[in-house]
Amino acid sequence: MSGAVRVAVLDYGAANMVSITKALAAVGADVAVVSEPAGLADVDAVVVPGVGAAGSAMSHLQERGLLEPLRDWVRAGKPCLGICLGYQVLFESSAEGDVATLGVLSGRTEELVDAPTLPHIGWNSVNAVRPHALFDGIADGSYFYFVHSYAPVPTDERIVLARTTHGRPFVSAVASGRTFGLQFHPEKSSEAGLKLLSNFMGLVAPASGVERG
Amino acid sequence: MLARRVIPCLDVDKGRVVKGTKFLNLTDEGDPAELAERYAREGADEIVFLDITAAHERRGTMLEVVRRAASCAFVPLTVGGGVRSVDEMRDVLRSGADKVSFNTAAVATPELLTACAERFGSQAVVCAIDARRLPVRDGETQCWEVVTHGGRRATELDAVAWAQRVVELGAGELLVTSMDRDGTHSGFDTELLAAIATRVRVPVIASGGAAGPDDFVAAVRDGKADAVLAASIFHRRMHSIASVKAAMAAAGLPVRPIEETLS
Repeated sequence: MSGAVRVAVLDYGAANMVSITKALAAVGADVAVVSEPAGLADVDAVVVPGVGAAGSAMSHLQERGLLEPLRDWVRAGKPCLGICLGYQVLFESSAEGDVATLGVLSGRTEELVDAPTLPHIGWNSVNAVRPHALFDGIADGSYFYFVHSYAPVPTDERIVLARTTHGRPFVSAVASGRTFGLQFHPEKSSEAGLKLLSNFMGLVAPASGVERG
Repeated sequence: MLARRVIPCLDVDKGRVVKGTKFLNLTDEGDPAELAERYAREGADEIVFLDITAAHERRGTMLEVVRRAASCAFVPLTVGGGVRSVDEMRDVLRSGADKVSFNTAAVATPELLTACAERFGSQAVVCAIDARRLPVRDGETQCWEVVTHGGRRATELDAVAWAQRVVELGAGELLVTSMDRDGTHSGFDTELLAAIATRVRVPVIASGGAAGPDDFVAAVRDGKADAVLAASIFHRRMHSIASVKAAMAAAGLPVRPIEETLS
């Protein structure tokens, strides 16, 4: 890899920007916090963080003029990592407030089914459905930190990388070409999380040869 | 399967970790960010900072503590103490905290929980409930009363009913402390924990009374707690997070294994 990977972390009013930016920096990224479309001009990858409600996330993206640029970015096959709410909004709609979301991945975000506790808060194991370089060096079943009540239900099973069980199993990681989504927070998941972010950096480095799907 | 969490709690006064007995005889125990990073490395599943700084001495020192901790400890951080408005909560979250815990402020202005949950999501809103046992009259079941101000003020609120109420108001997690057991090292009040945990759907964090690993097991097995918090037994190195997790795992409870990268 020549030079640091330039990563834009979208700031659309999501509360905690410190952890994700520091975690990305810890694995060698050149991180820019971006709150307007111009910030996307000069970067290699976009990270969409976030906790909170889907509706307010969509309106904040809209207010800052980031909605269409983000959709275009993903549709152009450029590297994108959605985390938690940032993962959910990649899909078409969310049952949380019944709102339309970005729609770059097909499926709908639904409330967790039969969950013994809601929100689902804590460390839970992420079980691989198929191997992927995003999880290189991370043991199958490793624990990651979750904080959510909803999760996407992808239409296309082929994008599913991993599932996690809380009540019934839900999809906790997806990859579609260079679009990645994680229901858990790698920036809050200690060593396993940093390893995953490091893998992401490797996958999105400009010289990397990951094929587009 | 969702792991049961082990959470060290750090009391912070004017930007430094302190320890003492019931807010008295405070001694400086070090830098909060350094201690948080160490606990994260030792396998802590989350860190709670309890700001005990007197109101008139607060000048954003806690925000700086959180910012530094979030820069080196990549585990969830919760801040309790002193947050009384949506804007103050926003500042704490933007500094790198994931959750804010409300205690006295929730009793004084319960609608604050709702306002914060609507703005940041209920997963970020923890309600701390300090409870004390009430005398049991013949034929009646045990009840607990909510207390505030470190146990010095009674509220006449029934702890179980209050727990159900704050969940309806928007709290996404409850931090339940037995004031009868706090600082006594006589074990958690598992009856109190179970009374609450079986009546709410949100996770319950047990607090107050930890003496050793067996108490953590009891808090989860008998108290139905999702997470267990302790302060002095970790700070004083009486027990390690590893030994607590080993006891929990041996009892068949799901815990996140401590990472192999641990040196």
